Amino acid sequence: MSSRRARSRQSTSSSRITDEQINDLVSKLQAVLPEARIRGAERVSAARVLQETCNYIRSLHREVDDLSERLSELLATTEASSAQAAIIRSLLK
Amino acid sequence: MESKSSTTGNRDNPNRNLHGSKTMMASHFLRALFRIQQTSTSSSSAGRSRRIRRAAYASMAYSAGTRRAWSRALLRKLRSRARLRFPRRLSRAATPQRRDMDQAQVLRKLVPGGPSMDDCKLLEETADYIRFLTTQVRLMQTVMDSISS
Repeated sequence: MSSRRARSRQSTSSSRITDEQINDLVSKLQAVLPEARIRGAERVSAARVLQETCNYIRSLHREVDDLSERLSELLATTEASSAQAAIIRSLLK
Repeated sequence: MESKSSTTGNRDNPNRNLHGSKTMMASHFLRALFRIQQTSTSSSSAGRSRRIRRAAYASMAYSAGTRRAWSRALLRKLRSRARLRFPRRLSRAATPQRRDMDQAQVLRKLVPGGPSMDDCKLLEETADYIRFLTTQVRLMQTVMDSISS
């Protein structure tokens, strides 16, 4: 176990990353992307996975921005105690 | 199949790690949210949404802790009070390590701590970063839905 880690660490530091390593990591990355972005579970190129990954991360960043603004407006118009109560109720469901 | 070793535990069970983090993420974010609500006035609405955005990335980073390069990089940025910015535009690839990793240069700018990662590390960290990001987004949506109902 530790020898495998030492080997992989060694290979990355000398920039000799194997195809197998990359393919393995790319498929793990593909698994966290929403299915709509990559049609089906077919093998797609690493380049395509990376491209979709970049697009996905950008859209997630935009969602955080958007939700922050909407939450900001909501909190301004909602009384603190009722907001807290509503949140706790829904989290306990 | 179950690995007792903690060194490989993270690799084998990424979702198990996320479960404990979800609770931390929620409690951190909610506490920050209520603090922001109580301490901001109606005249600082832009500042309030910025603070909420900051709280979102903070709760992500704190719940992931220091075991990940992306969360360490985020924590560093948050503590130095630097502006949290991610590139919007597609940028040109510089010199990639491998031909099929051209997009890796673009990806490096989107993942906290990316510039100092080699290709392998970048792919691992990205998958983890996305898991936490989607969890945070879902948390924010849940909070929104519950307040507005």
